[in-house]
Amino acid sequence: MSKILIIGQQADGKLDSGVAKVVAAARQVGGEIDVVVFAKDGAAAAAQAAALDGVTRVLQVDRTENDHALAAVVAPQAVALARKGYSHVFVAGNTFGKDLMPRVAAKLGVQQVSDVMAVHGPTSFDRPIYAGNAIVTVEAPAAPAVVATIRLASFTAVGGGGAAPVEKISVEAVLPTHTRFVSLAAQKSERPELQSAARVVSGGRALASSENFKKFIEPLADKIGAGIGASRAAVDSGYVPNDMQVGQTGKIIAPELYFAIGISGAIQHLAGIKDARTIVAINKDAEAPIFEVADFGLVGDLFQILPELTSKI
Amino acid sequence: MKALVSVKRVVDYNVRIQVKPDQSGVVTDGVKMSVNPFDEIAMEEAMRLKEKGKITEIIAVTVGGAKCEETLRTALAFGADRAVHVKEEGEIQPLTAAQALAAVFKKEGAQLFLLGKQAIDDDASQTGQMVAALLDLAQATFASKVELDGSKAVVTREVDAGLETLEVDLPAVVTADLRLNEPRYLKLPDIMKAKKKPIEAVSFASLGVTPGAGLKTTKTAPPPKRGKGIVVKTVDELVAALKAKGLV
Ligand SMILES: Cc1cc2nc3c(=O)[nH]c(=O)nc-3n(C[C@H](O)[C@H](O)[C@H](O)COP(=O)(O)OP(=O)(O)OC[C@H]3O[C@@H](n4cnc5c(N)ncnc54)[C@H](O)[C@@H]3O)c2cc1C
Ligand SMILES: Nc1ncnc2c1ncn2[C@@H]1O[C@H](COP(=O)(O)O)[C@@H](O)[C@H]1O
Repeated sequence: MSKILIIGQQADGKLDSGVAKVVAAARQVGGEIDVVVFAKDGAAAAAQAAALDGVTRVLQVDRTENDHALAAVVAPQAVALARKGYSHVFVAGNTFGKDLMPRVAAKLGVQQVSDVMAVHGPTSFDRPIYAGNAIVTVEAPAAPAVVATIRLASFTAVGGGGAAPVEKISVEAVLPTHTRFVSLAAQKSERPELQSAARVVSGGRALASSENFKKFIEPLADKIGAGIGASRAAVDSGYVPNDMQVGQTGKIIAPELYFAIGISGAIQHLAGIKDARTIVAINKDAEAPIFEVADFGLVGDLFQILPELTSKI
Repeated sequence: MKALVSVKRVVDYNVRIQVKPDQSGVVTDGVKMSVNPFDEIAMEEAMRLKEKGKITEIIAVTVGGAKCEETLRTALAFGADRAVHVKEEGEIQPLTAAQALAAVFKKEGAQLFLLGKQAIDDDASQTGQMVAALLDLAQATFASKVELDGSKAVVTREVDAGLETLEVDLPAVVTADLRLNEPRYLKLPDIMKAKKKPIEAVSFASLGVTPGAGLKTTKTAPPPKRGKGIVVKTVDELVAALKAKGLV
């Protein structure tokens, strides 16, 4: 039977919303599912993990070095734990998991499966390559363990209501001192988080300034309670911060409703919105590639369309 | 101080990938190949650090077949002083590439390893982290700013929450994100000069690397197609359509 270890990302006592989706992927593999929380004081996050449907047990590893969850520091602990009979080690395919997991895989001597988007069996998975323009089915060696990151946009979070036991444990591992946390400049926003938002409004290069982004994109997003995203061009031009980039190398999202405003629809951008249920495109160029994937397209000048749309929606 | 920069030969980012009808892979014959865009950014960063006098020598390295020599020539034209070609044909997965790259890094006694954050063919985003793990070094992935300061580096990283800054002791592994810099254009004289720069060929055997089992690809399929949508004429039509679907 499979025994799955999930690295449960947390920050400031809050379990990352991605963990519930990783548990969903693990349930498709089947077997026991343990979630480990590495933190300085992981009690609150561990309790949240224990409530997730399908979790067998939660392991809480408190250590001052785990305060900022650096990959180089968490990896040796995850490896030591993984060696205790786990058949699978899973983590979310976000920047935390992408940073951490290859370090774990290399130490275990296994090739990692990145961005699992479907589970066919304990060792058989689908994953995207070439910005999602091809999907490969891969077979991973079962031993010593299957190590994978989970593409969050492909799985629906499990519900709460579970009551798994929480065990406080200590893990024997020598931790390096070569990596030190300095600072995190995080954007505080009242808006829904991009990766879990049901609706997302994204703007592209056409917005032409951060003032316009505020003036045209934000009111629409506020009106429909949407998260805000952007194309790489909009981020590179400094209209919005980097954490808003959607695409192959930004965030992969799966909202019910996606607005692409003044975005041409380059393959790298489309890679981030393939799982959006409904795509609306507003672009003045009727030939823009975004219209090939849009469910609803409107050709015209966004600076005229958006105020009208925001008032009527 | 030496810096190592890895460059991977990949299908150019502008190419629309086609899956072979028998689902055995994607079409790469006759397709334009380029240096992985993130590796160009890594290369550019090495050049800037060298221009600032922070590093003295740049060594480009690739793991792949004979055709990857082109990729190394491009890196040499960018400004690498010399190159190492781990010459091995066939599919090379990240762990195997990382084992070879780690061996070269160690052999060269370099202090900084700059890689791309991801190769745009396999989209694995693993190799740099694996090199760091194999050598027990510090890593700073998805870098958007790198400052070398004596025996350490201060790196700003693009993470989901925003921008994280780490301080790492050298030697260290850094992977480049999009906004680290904008690579320069190659000039003809540099391309000519690159032809004379040395490329050393090595092999897995000479580096003591034994490739492991790796993943087996059993099928390659095109992604599910989205149904063709409709073009509406007015905002009223759009709002009505979204309301009809219960989306707003
Ligand atoms: C390795 C690599 C990785 C990348 N990763 C990403 C990624 O993760 N995400 C991403 O988004 N991109 C990514 N890119 C960049 C991508 O290739 C495109 O360059 C980018 O998506 C273009 O952004 P854009 O659509 O905003 O700008 P443009 O392509 O310039 O499009 C602007 C659009 O706005 C329209 N427009 C202009 N004015 C108006 C107006 N007044 N009203 C309405 N429409 C108007 C134009 O018709 C045009 O279609 C990557 C590129 C590379 C090489
Ligand atoms: N075969 C290879 N040769 C040279 N560099 C590589 C190779 N494979 C991966 N890399 C480097 O590792 C980075 C990440 O690749 P990947 O882990 O495959 O997404 C790339 O941007 C390259 O810098």
